[in-house]
Amino acid sequence: MTHLMILPVVIPMLAAGWLLLNHRASIGRQRVWSILSTVALVALGVWAVSAAQVDFRTYWLGNWQPPFGIVLVLDRLSAMMLLLAALLALFCVLYASRGSDREGPHFHALFQFQLMGINGAFLTGDLFNLFVFFEILLLASYALLLHGGGRARSRAGLHYVVINLLGSALFLLALGILYGLTGTLNMADLAIRISAASPDDQTLLKGAALLLMVVFGIKAAILPLLFWLPRAYSASSAPVAALFAIMTKVGFYAMVRVLLIVFGLDSVQPLNADVFLWLWPLALITLGLGAVGILGAASLRTMAAYMVILSSGLLMASFAMAEATILAASLFYLLHSTCLAAVFFLLADLIGRQRAEGYDLLSVTAPLTSRWVLATLFLVSAVSMAGLPPFSGFVSKAWLLQNAINHPQYLWLWGITLVAGLFMIAALSRAGSGWFWKPEPYTGRQRRRLDPARVATVSVLIGISAALALFAAPVMDYMSATAGQLYQPSAYVEAVLGDSALAKGRHTP
Amino acid sequence: MELMIAVALGILTSCGVFLILRARTFSVVLGLTLLSHAVNLFLFSMGRLTSGAPAIVGLTPSSADPLPQALVLTAIVISFAMTAFVVVLSLKAAVELRSDHVDGENPNEDRP
Repeated sequence: MTHLMILPVVIPMLAAGWLLLNHRASIGRQRVWSILSTVALVALGVWAVSAAQVDFRTYWLGNWQPPFGIVLVLDRLSAMMLLLAALLALFCVLYASRGSDREGPHFHALFQFQLMGINGAFLTGDLFNLFVFFEILLLASYALLLHGGGRARSRAGLHYVVINLLGSALFLLALGILYGLTGTLNMADLAIRISAASPDDQTLLKGAALLLMVVFGIKAAILPLLFWLPRAYSASSAPVAALFAIMTKVGFYAMVRVLLIVFGLDSVQPLNADVFLWLWPLALITLGLGAVGILGAASLRTMAAYMVILSSGLLMASFAMAEATILAASLFYLLHSTCLAAVFFLLADLIGRQRAEGYDLLSVTAPLTSRWVLATLFLVSAVSMAGLPPFSGFVSKAWLLQNAINHPQYLWLWGITLVAGLFMIAALSRAGSGWFWKPEPYTGRQRRRLDPARVATVSVLIGISAALALFAAPVMDYMSATAGQLYQPSAYVEAVLGDSALAKGRHTP
Repeated sequence: MELMIAVALGILTSCGVFLILRARTFSVVLGLTLLSHAVNLFLFSMGRLTSGAPAIVGLTPSSADPLPQALVLTAIVISFAMTAFVVVLSLKAAVELRSDHVDGENPNEDRP
């Protein structure tokens, strides 16, 4: 058995441990270790994506056989998420290494712990282990959010911490119910036992499923549970906020994994149908609210936070349509929206530094230096985010809407998505014209030089999103296969528990 | 015993929820602690309530389910760390924002 699969968790853990032990090392050495670790994660992500195309891979921790021990499972979805998280983290850590990691101690250690939690959550095949990795990534994110200090961060941090602690309590309640009814927490084993559960237990199981959705809904920012997000994301420093763009996707990932694998094995009367009934309207309203928030935002960072909410709403709405082809398209949109949301958080900082006053406030029209470079970056990312051709936003949205057309309720998705796109175009063009056309040329005595490394980092990230549109065909094939794999939970169960598990489990519930 | 546990869980949870909905950080922290107590107790009782049965197979005719005990141990450690963190955070917020209101400002005091 290959041990490569555990490395996405172990490498950041060791790096974080080294960074904590040597916290007196010069900031340069800390940066080198942190960047090296993240580069290794990108390489592992590439390996994971190529390995997952062959078949499932499982890793038994401590060689304890499932369902008794904790098992790590690598399938197409988790491989893709690993690669996305690693790539995003690489750009965030490069950007942070240009100075914002000096605002307080331990930035790189916290960053690596955060990556450890995220990677673990993507890999694990055990629900309690998912809880543990969630806590790891949350605890690191609390500290990262507060990194640098300041009143706004303390206030936003308090809300963020309290709502997530509440979420953890609900997560444990749901796990308790599931364990009490089935006697297992391994996802594959749970799937078998839930599909064979007696009708008396159905209501409790449904309750557990809905509780889990509340927990993942807090992470993924679904409607009644999203009000912590704009303040928290806009208060944190730019690279941290850019990394947080993947956090709502962790919630979405957990939703997909749990609903399709754990609650989706029973093909006659799957429990997830009831959850989709709730998810569909809530996600649509989230999508609309995100669009209104973008239009009403007072600063670019708040606007980017609402973009995260909008993309989260669109992802969940398309997922709630419960069809493999639509899920494939929404996974493509996930890649695009994560990259672009991160780009906007970084751009807000990049432009804010060049402005004479007002940082990223939209109401201030201050003169700025390096207008052409910044305006070009802003234009390209705004066009892509709003879903106009020719970039990845257009490709992913067009594919999504095209695949959704056979669904009976497709008009809701079409209408709200397109109107939301219009709102986004209006908001972004207002911001761009106010910032780049109105102000007088910069005449201040103090020279503000544009940092070429920061510009390069943001440009390459934008370039990746453009490359998504250029090489869309292979990515689309991968996504279609991923969605197909997710809609065949029996293959997952057999990969984890062995070929005869399904037949055995059905006979002895 | 089931009834007693159920009543205790209900009281702990309702007190916890009541306190979390208050607007002062101190009560919110207390509420979170009570709620996590309730959750831990619930998780523990999911291995079924038995008395006089150790969690080791073979010592006595009947044995308790060891897994919920392991789970609850993990949950206790995590909630302990989180409580410590949220206490420090609310102290920091109270000092920086000069108020222990969860929104950082006291709506009653600010009025002229």
